[in-house]
Amino acid sequence: MKAAAEKKTPAISPSGDGGISGSLAVLEAMIAEGVDTIFGYPGGAIMPIYDALYDYNDKLKHILVRHEQGAIHAAQGYARSSGRTGVVFATSGPGATNLVTGLADAMIDSTPVVCITGQVFAHLLGTDAFQETDVINITTPVTKWNYQVTDANEIPHVLAKAFYIANSGRPGPVLVDISKNAQLQLFEYSGYEKCEHIRSYRPKPIVRKEYIEEAAKLINAAEKPFVIFGQGVILGKAEKEFTAFIEKAGIPAAWTIMGMSAIPTSHPLAMGMLGMHGNYGPNVLTNECDVLIAIGMRFDDRVTGRLDKYAKQAKVIHLDIDPAEIDKNVKADVPVWGDCKETLPMLTGLIEQKVYPQWLQKFEQYRQKEEEKVIQDELNPTGEILTMGEVIKTLNEQTSGDAIIVTDVGQHQMVACRYAKFNHSKSNITSGGLGTMGYALPAAIGASYGAPDRTVVAIIGDGGFQMTIQELGTIMQFKPNVKLLILNNNFLGMVRQWQQLFHEKRYSFVDIQSPDFVQVAKGFGIPGKSISERKDLKEAIKELLHSDGTFLLEVMVGKENNVFPMVPQGRGVAEIVLSKEEI
Amino acid sequence: MNKQEFTITVYTENHVGLLNRIAIIFSRRKINIDSLNTSPTEVDSVHRFTIVINEYEDVVRKLCRQIEKQVDVLKAYYNTENEIVWQELALYKVPTDIIASEVKVERLLRENGAHTVVIRKDYTVFAVAGHREETEALIKVLEPYGLIEFVRTGRVGIIKGSNRFHERLKEFEMKEPGEEAIENEFLNENEKVFSM
Repeated sequence: MKAAAEKKTPAISPSGDGGISGSLAVLEAMIAEGVDTIFGYPGGAIMPIYDALYDYNDKLKHILVRHEQGAIHAAQGYARSSGRTGVVFATSGPGATNLVTGLADAMIDSTPVVCITGQVFAHLLGTDAFQETDVINITTPVTKWNYQVTDANEIPHVLAKAFYIANSGRPGPVLVDISKNAQLQLFEYSGYEKCEHIRSYRPKPIVRKEYIEEAAKLINAAEKPFVIFGQGVILGKAEKEFTAFIEKAGIPAAWTIMGMSAIPTSHPLAMGMLGMHGNYGPNVLTNECDVLIAIGMRFDDRVTGRLDKYAKQAKVIHLDIDPAEIDKNVKADVPVWGDCKETLPMLTGLIEQKVYPQWLQKFEQYRQKEEEKVIQDELNPTGEILTMGEVIKTLNEQTSGDAIIVTDVGQHQMVACRYAKFNHSKSNITSGGLGTMGYALPAAIGASYGAPDRTVVAIIGDGGFQMTIQELGTIMQFKPNVKLLILNNNFLGMVRQWQQLFHEKRYSFVDIQSPDFVQVAKGFGIPGKSISERKDLKEAIKELLHSDGTFLLEVMVGKENNVFPMVPQGRGVAEIVLSKEEI
Repeated sequence: MNKQEFTITVYTENHVGLLNRIAIIFSRRKINIDSLNTSPTEVDSVHRFTIVINEYEDVVRKLCRQIEKQVDVLKAYYNTENEIVWQELALYKVPTDIIASEVKVERLLRENGAHTVVIRKDYTVFAVAGHREETEALIKVLEPYGLIEFVRTGRVGIIKGSNRFHERLKEFEMKEPGEEAIENEFLNENEKVFSM
């Protein structure tokens, strides 16, 4: 504890009568935790904190969003592009309840976020006071941890705990609700001490060597091993360790949507994406491999399809930091509990250098078939109307895979994730687990603050864009550099695709009308352009990428195009289809 | 594998809101809690939940992992009925005049191990501690004699094989916990792990 005591930030000078306010302690905690950007929206119950913020303008950047949902998605985008914890300020009542979607999203996608919400005076709790809501109980299922502060003395250590919990182990969202009296209360402040240990919380399970050995034995004896990996590799900052592992082992690897960009998409062992709209080979060969090595992923149903037809022939090795994930959906033959940054090098040390040319050839055969049946037409269409795929292809050509791609939810998301090229980790930002439409615009704003030196391209559908379109106001005011690319098919495309394939083409409320997006952007002072012809595509993308600051490009694409391949719901991964005729 | 009765013992910090955090792990999965008891432990700051559910072992194991994943939870165990010593307490309110006039009732109460908690002119309250069948049996016995009210507590149980939680807590409080602090259920079941 001695070392920790030395790390204490010095107490700032007391404000006269023996202390500082709770609000000031909140901001001092932000400084001590290295926070540089806060996304938020003021209101009655959080006014003392905003009052204190007035004097911290030079130390803390505050981005005033247009809706609290925008604040939390921005904080998520910030966290995903930077690896640091995103921070949100919101007021009580509706301010707090507007965070719930983002909390649920951050919970299921393990994104480190700390939300500070104002709360009514402690003596009014439970009286149905103005803008009072039971935010602790509302957010309990969607937070990794939450806590209500009613006494300023608790603020320093509760916030230290909050930051520690949010960004250790399997990260997640944390909410701290602070009653107005605690924000105003003067208390004896003795400095801020970062939290490094909570007795009831163990972020990393202890690594069991015998299981590493057992896993290595299985891998060394394998003939058709297959690695599938998720965001755990990125969250664990284990990209190098992961690459070293697959390269020594010579094992082909495929990513979940959340694991994407952990290794460059051009890596010779990169086999593509798993899951419902993933690549053909990785899905089919999941049911052919003899050893399946799952790393930092949680076997989501969108990845596994029908569980009783999933990898039944394979021995499963599961590496995960969260013990609750082991055996949750797929039974592990060898559970490797631990942080993959620690376990992967141990495993790499025990495995033999190998290559599997025949096995890789199988992936290549499936890739060729997918190329022929799906990719060719999507990326180089012969029809007049633009496809989403060719827009992504043109984007790839101009970004060379160096951009951060933020996607919303739906067809454009699947197409972008199928075809986007990545050279760097933390570059694919999307709402994977929750599928939150409206995520991309605010998340892209946040991502640009998290990685100010990188190009951030938000790819959004016409439906999702309208869900959080108000955040154009945030762009107008704070001028982050975000490239907005709307793929407009005049439909809620993914639902329409399902209605076409599984509901006899009964298009029920999917023909969404859109405003003139370019005109809307113009109203927010954002330049824009809309195109619908192939001859304009290259130039338009160039203009998008090279404009000073934010630019909006709307591309009109085929109305009734479908995303394939597809593992239809309720079927096994090997039953993946390449066209609607096969369904 | 069939559903059976499991007793889940959870050691936690004593924080407001933790009961809800634990309860929703069950309700989210539409699992009914048969009984729930919260109590202190032999260690001052540590709280204990005893939860009884009727489920498949596989489900219970996953539930325990989800419970243990909560930041303020120290440890969660699950046990079958014969792995624990357990009791429930029941209270029975009966009209005093009947008890006084019917000698048989007095004998029945003795046979069922009931003891008297309070005697008033109008009613008498008896208590029985024991297993579910025992407390239930006495309801049947007393019903013909004008049972006015019956109430039963949640289960409390002690795991037969457990050591003092104290010792475990020392491990938890250390920054680098020893091997003991982590229970890997696979550890002693090597043969099971790889046979599947």
